[in-house]
Amino acid sequence: MVVGRTGLLEGHANRVFRALADPTRRDVLRRAMQGTLSVSGLARLYPMSTTAVQKHVAILEDAGLVHLTRHGREQLVKTDIDTIAKAQSLLAGFELLWRGRLDLIGDVLASPSGGDRS
Amino acid sequence: MTVIAVDRDSAALSLTIVSVFDAPAERVWQVWADPRQLERWWGPPNYPATVVDHDLTNGGRVTYYMTGSDGEKLHGWWRIISVDPPRSLEFEEGCGPPNEDLPATMAEVRLVETPEKTTMTIITRFATIADMERLLGMGKGEGTRLAVGQIDAIIAITTAS
Repeated sequence: MVVGRTGLLEGHANRVFRALADPTRRDVLRRAMQGTLSVSGLARLYPMSTTAVQKHVAILEDAGLVHLTRHGREQLVKTDIDTIAKAQSLLAGFELLWRGRLDLIGDVLASPSGGDRS
Repeated sequence: MTVIAVDRDSAALSLTIVSVFDAPAERVWQVWADPRQLERWWGPPNYPATVVDHDLTNGGRVTYYMTGSDGEKLHGWWRIISVDPPRSLEFEEGCGPPNEDLPATMAEVRLVETPEKTTMTIITRFATIADMERLLGMGKGEGTRLAVGQIDAIIAITTAS
């Protein structure tokens, strides 16, 4: 049934949205691109406890935006580049859409009969 | 019209486009405030828009449809969150009849006038990557065909100019 499948998809989408809604988590995504920072290393960058940073990372992991890998005694955090790349290409699509609209606005403003339908 | 800045923020799922027009802010505002002018640029050339309701007040609605070459009508709507002519407009935007199951996006427009020019900043915020895919035509549904038509038309415009 379509509804059930959409429900699953939306469930994941909602987790992604919740994960991205916080500025600290968005900053973690930017800093964890290289995958060389551990949870405790990240914690030193923010004025909050390691536990608080751990919670943020757990929310990002739950949304599939970062992956954790064990490296000795540390857990390294790495942003999922595929997810971010997907977002980039989708944003590029919307950029194209808006550039087309802006060109047309330019035409409307340039036409002498600005208020009439062409 | 010149696009002077674009920011694709993949973490925040937002797109910001800053453009400059050789016209005063009052004039640029009219392309949003006058439904007949809005019709001339909102839909791509192969999907011209017809605005049905146009209530640009706080809480007001704009409804429209776009007509494809085969006569197919694709409906869309805005819900106005705030409006301050000729400086700013914020609205929620969706396709089909207002429906929680279909993706809605947030749009923010700001106009700043400098001598003889107006800078227009448009910020579009998406809730989820899944929504963006659906709106750009990688999913299923009404918005899909619409978005595919828009993108095709714009690619045609960009490559032709």
